[in-house]
Amino acid sequence: MNPRKASDFGIRSNRLSEFAVERDYERCIKCEVCIRQCSFDVHYRDTEDDVIRQRPELCVGCQRCAVLCPTHALVIRQNPAGYRAHGSWSGEHIKDINIQAETGGVVLTGSGNDKQAPVYWDRLLINASQVTNPSMEPLREPMELRTYIGAKPDAVVVENGKLATEMPPRVKLDTPIIFSALSYGAISYQVQKALAQAARELGTLYNTGEGGLHPDFYEYKDNTIVQVASGRFGVHPEYLNAARMVEIKIGQGAKPGIGGHLAGEKVSEQVSITRMIPPGTDAISPAPQHDIYSIEDLRMLIFALKEATNYRVPISVKIAAVHNAPAIASGIVRAGADVVAIDGFRGGTGAAPKVIRDNVGLPIEFALAAVDRRLRDEGIRNKVSIIAGGGIRNSGDIVKAIALGADAVYIGTAALIAVGCTLCQKCYSGKCNWGIATQNPYLAKRVNPNIARQRLVNLVTGWSHEIKEMLGGMGVNSIESLRGNRSQLRGIGLSKEELEILGVRPAGN
Amino acid sequence: MGECVLMAPGCVEIDASGLDFSELNRRVRSEVCRGKREIVLRNVTGQRYIGTNLYNTAESLDQVNITIYGTPGNDLGAFLDGPTITVFGNAMDGIGNTMNRGLIAVHGRAGDIAGFSARGGEIFIRDNAGYRAGIHMKEYMAMKPVMVIGGTVQDFLGEYMAGGVIIILGLTLKDGESHHCRYVGTGMHGGAIFIRGNFAEHQLSKAVGKADITSEDQSLLRSYIDRYGALFDADVSCVDLAEFTKLVPLSVRPYKKLYAY
Repeated sequence: MNPRKASDFGIRSNRLSEFAVERDYERCIKCEVCIRQCSFDVHYRDTEDDVIRQRPELCVGCQRCAVLCPTHALVIRQNPAGYRAHGSWSGEHIKDINIQAETGGVVLTGSGNDKQAPVYWDRLLINASQVTNPSMEPLREPMELRTYIGAKPDAVVVENGKLATEMPPRVKLDTPIIFSALSYGAISYQVQKALAQAARELGTLYNTGEGGLHPDFYEYKDNTIVQVASGRFGVHPEYLNAARMVEIKIGQGAKPGIGGHLAGEKVSEQVSITRMIPPGTDAISPAPQHDIYSIEDLRMLIFALKEATNYRVPISVKIAAVHNAPAIASGIVRAGADVVAIDGFRGGTGAAPKVIRDNVGLPIEFALAAVDRRLRDEGIRNKVSIIAGGGIRNSGDIVKAIALGADAVYIGTAALIAVGCTLCQKCYSGKCNWGIATQNPYLAKRVNPNIARQRLVNLVTGWSHEIKEMLGGMGVNSIESLRGNRSQLRGIGLSKEELEILGVRPAGN
Repeated sequence: MGECVLMAPGCVEIDASGLDFSELNRRVRSEVCRGKREIVLRNVTGQRYIGTNLYNTAESLDQVNITIYGTPGNDLGAFLDGPTITVFGNAMDGIGNTMNRGLIAVHGRAGDIAGFSARGGEIFIRDNAGYRAGIHMKEYMAMKPVMVIGGTVQDFLGEYMAGGVIIILGLTLKDGESHHCRYVGTGMHGGAIFIRGNFAEHQLSKAVGKADITSEDQSLLRSYIDRYGALFDADVSCVDLAEFTKLVPLSVRPYKKLYAY
């Protein structure tokens, strides 16, 4: 077989390879693992010379081959040559212009914003007690991470030692970490199963996204958030009543203001069952929900869902973090929602136009702090729980989010990394070599749901323990004592305006 | 206020005057739970979501009949999954929103987004319907929603339609009058619309084209026209199948070429 150019694979190449694929021929034993592992056809056997060669122009940098090569013969790295350095025109700009000049289409990408916008978590520091308010030891003292998601009454009445107030529907979480919306269709059956099982084991929730609920996953209903989005795919009374919480998806941090199109190629027989559309057809989620053009209309859908679920479960409304998020959140609370979920502009996606992912929306840190303050100022903060997502990378980010007012956080990208994702950002291609963002059975079986579940459980368990350590360090024994407690944060390298919006004091003050 | 009148076994009548929607729907639900299958609602004045909350109230909801006198509010029969709802009066916006199964018959007119996102079931509207009728209707395997509108509709009929059938009979048009709806089938990528009566080419969106009416289409049309006549006691003898135009999407993958790959 002769070497082929990218054009043989339908790619008209006017582009420099993004990655260099370096094979150490002294180490290579021609076992062909790299050939079998790469769905992008980078590696091939040259039968004339009987060697394994590569087509670096097809490489997406997912590192699957390098990790699985038994003799460590492969190194994949950013193409060291690159385009000529330029302060204004990066190689990425040049590459994208070429793609569009060749196709006339919209440049797609996957996962979250990879640009160098400031990460405000990194400019916030957490307090700890010294001498006066002694720190606590979580291995010795009970530390409370339990969190109730849903509305809280304005007041509670206790009669004869019993709670007399009728409580709104709430969900009890053992840790304030929830798996965010990842639809079956965007991710594989195996990964969604692992998320569902991990959520059950951890006493938290996972979220179906807009993909409907696979018949096999109804058994995880006590740990399931089901979404109702603009396409209404797979939404019916049984689906709504199988949930512990129903979420109306208005927006997503990676692509605020636009809808989604699950390409027909990804609508397999199984995906077709959950979305309830014929196999091979596009699943088009329009940008708006057609019955929601105002807060009053949103109220209509919130109560339609409350009626459909007989007022048993909280109704969440998820929005992307955008410029006027606080006013919108106020409207959402007044429309009767029990939960407001806010997704920051670093949130992930299975597919989004790159220009939107990288340029639209707000950092979650600002949106969260501003929404929490607005709801407090209006005296309606108790009527709703806030779930913050979009760029939560470790337990430090979670502690900071809770101190800025979140009741709990959504993690999506972090969960997928735990399962094996290396952020190559090719989720939209359906060819995920790590078996995560694909419906190809050959690729999807690379994820063993049991191992994936265990890795997710390990991650959240580790983070939960770290949160307890940080709480103990502050001298508090309950996550409730941290919620909205900005006095536990200080800012470094932030302007006066930024500190004001976040509601935190500068470090040293 | 809110009196329940017991009639024949299995029947119950509820006076809806003065009841808000949650109270009215709660009573309907408890009657179905108690085994009632004929539920008559009198003096309905804008109460929303009638028929929405019946999940898990009976083994099968197919025998449940809800008859409404008055004007039910928005989202009548939202998420409906089996019952038959008959309205003696006009309906407001969003009837049959995301409905799965069942039948809604309106002896009058309906507001906007009738049949929004319906995946199954049947909707009959005796007179006209508002804007965006049949928006994002879809179909799945044996489930195929059908909406029959006796009169005419406003703009954006069948917008984003992904499946199912809409039949417009044009019976309320005056002699020589054309349909006024514009942007018909914007973003449509599945299903079919049958329109009886005249309209100009520019009233159609770019997403739809005309198709020949097959013999299968003819028997479908004939059966739904006859059922319309029987439901509303209407004279449909004037309806000639040759007067229908069939509209179908030009592409089932309208966004296929949108992306750079």
